[in-house]
Amino acid sequence: MIRTEEMVLNVGPQHPSTHGVLRIVLTIDGEIIKEAKPVIGYLHRGTEKLAEDLNYTQIIPYTDRMDYLSAMTNNYVICHAVETLMGLEIPERAEYLRVITMELNRIASHLVWFGTFLLDLGAMSPFLFAFRDREMILNLLNEISGGRLTYNYMRIGGVKWDAPDGWIEKVKSFIPYMRNQLEDYHNLVSGNEIFLNRVKGVGRYDAQTAIAYSLSGANLRCTGVKWDLRKDEPYSIYDRFDFDVPVETDGDVYARYKVRFAEMEESLKILEQAVEQIPSEGPVMAKVPRIPRPPEGETYVRIESPRGEIGCHIISKGKPQPYRIKFRRPSFYNLQILPKLLEGENIANLIAILGGIDIVLGEVDG
Amino acid sequence: MTEENKEKDAPQKAAEQVRVEENKKAVQPETAQKKEAAEAKESAAKEPAVQTPDTQVEGKAIEKEAKQGEAKAAEAKKGAEKKDGDVKKAAAPKKAAASAQRRVAAKKKEEEKPREPSKNQPLLDRFVQVIKAHFEEEVIEEAFINWHAKEVPTLVIKAPHWFKVAQFLKHNEQLAFDYLSHLSASDHETHMEVYYQFYSYKEKHSLAVKVKIDRDEAQLASVTPIWPGADWPEREAYDLLGIRFTGHPNLTRILLTDDWVGHPLRKDYQPYDEGI
Repeated sequence: MIRTEEMVLNVGPQHPSTHGVLRIVLTIDGEIIKEAKPVIGYLHRGTEKLAEDLNYTQIIPYTDRMDYLSAMTNNYVICHAVETLMGLEIPERAEYLRVITMELNRIASHLVWFGTFLLDLGAMSPFLFAFRDREMILNLLNEISGGRLTYNYMRIGGVKWDAPDGWIEKVKSFIPYMRNQLEDYHNLVSGNEIFLNRVKGVGRYDAQTAIAYSLSGANLRCTGVKWDLRKDEPYSIYDRFDFDVPVETDGDVYARYKVRFAEMEESLKILEQAVEQIPSEGPVMAKVPRIPRPPEGETYVRIESPRGEIGCHIISKGKPQPYRIKFRRPSFYNLQILPKLLEGENIANLIAILGGIDIVLGEVDG
Repeated sequence: MTEENKEKDAPQKAAEQVRVEENKKAVQPETAQKKEAAEAKESAAKEPAVQTPDTQVEGKAIEKEAKQGEAKAAEAKKGAEKKDGDVKKAAAPKKAAASAQRRVAAKKKEEEKPREPSKNQPLLDRFVQVIKAHFEEEVIEEAFINWHAKEVPTLVIKAPHWFKVAQFLKHNEQLAFDYLSHLSASDHETHMEVYYQFYSYKEKHSLAVKVKIDRDEAQLASVTPIWPGADWPEREAYDLLGIRFTGHPNLTRILLTDDWVGHPLRKDYQPYDEGI
């Protein structure tokens, strides 16, 4: 009999496929993973502690840096929480601008995932394709907010600026272009045999496990649970749009890939309707004091970010600063299942499984 | 909230504004007063979230809430007086007096008119009933609708019974809370509080649970054996607030380094620096 010996292998925190500063301590026997221990916190900036000394408007830029691939949804969640606490009415045009920017951002975020995920698996060209198209979205968002990644665009009661002239038209013409591109991606990747071998049947779990582990977003929908907060607990004006919630039942990495892909198409559908319906003029900011002072109370709101359920929990004592603010960060919750998925897996599958969860380390570490 | 609240936050600015308005188009006392009255009404309407009648809960809780309500009312009054001062500076004292009167009237009216019961009230009643029927002892400290959090039914559970109740919440067929949506803890200086938000994919209903624990002996039963998703959030709460979750499989620091001194989100936290 061959004597085997366990070995400890350290992955990260500066490993390119961890998409940031995630460290995983693996115990391996040959090529099989016996145990995996994620070590996080390298990017912890203490957002919640810092926020206790800031007023609500000042906290918004900090949320940009949590999930930096989808800063718009992060901006929105804190605004939404404060607005819920204050019982604010948001002007129509502002709501539409919020939805349009959030959905553009969702596509951009999924494109980064698509590109880097395939890059991890060894496919170079999809990455270049995805980043080229993402660049167009970033340009659009740059034009409206002044930032490519950290937008700081939303405010409590609305948005910072109205869209510049012709911006809506640009979004309008972007939609059919992107739809075409998505089809190209499909042709390029979805049927590729090498790709399929890497992702099919890998990292599989069922709906019960997903729910027990508090997974959300595509990580939940890939197991057959049809659940999207935009549809099931509509916030903002999402109840006005006609769109589907893509669901797959296999629960493997391939299912997650298909769900995210279909989500981009659904986002385009929402965008299409939003740019048609948006009122041509009107205020983009509700009448809110310069320094919002929500009443005493406690609130928790949750919305659908590209990575899943992002929530904001505020305890207010009637002051301009929150007494306690806490973000429910989807990547933090989603990453918890990693040790369970990696146990008994071949080490080569680690990259595919980790990529399939789609984490952003800024969000994991808070 | 409306324009008038600007006055609350930036009184000088508001005063200026009033002055400008006066110069421009001559005073319009009536509209201003109306605004004031509307504001008072609105702020009053926002307060009584805690005052929702909880018929099924012990009188204690109601008393407590009533007290809180009084305190709030007093605070609001103070605020109103302060505002009065600002208005006086800007406009004729007569106008201020009149608006104050109106405000008081509006407030009285508001007190008389109870808030409509929440659409989630029957749900809360059912939760309480199911839990009460199962446990012999009193496990619920308080039950109310949290108006600020999209009317979510909220229960305050007594800490010693928390683990049993948590198991019941997940496994009872009528409750079936299979998904832990959010876990957070906070330091209230007199005590610690752990907040859970649950959702049931089977029954499609939400519930928020709060558990109050002692601050110096911050300790609570872990729910990780029930919802594996509570693992990291509990470690985070331990790391940042120093709450020890008993029965947790691996309660170590998660975001900060292992040799960190203290728990930063505690209100009395002092940064530790070896050099000093």
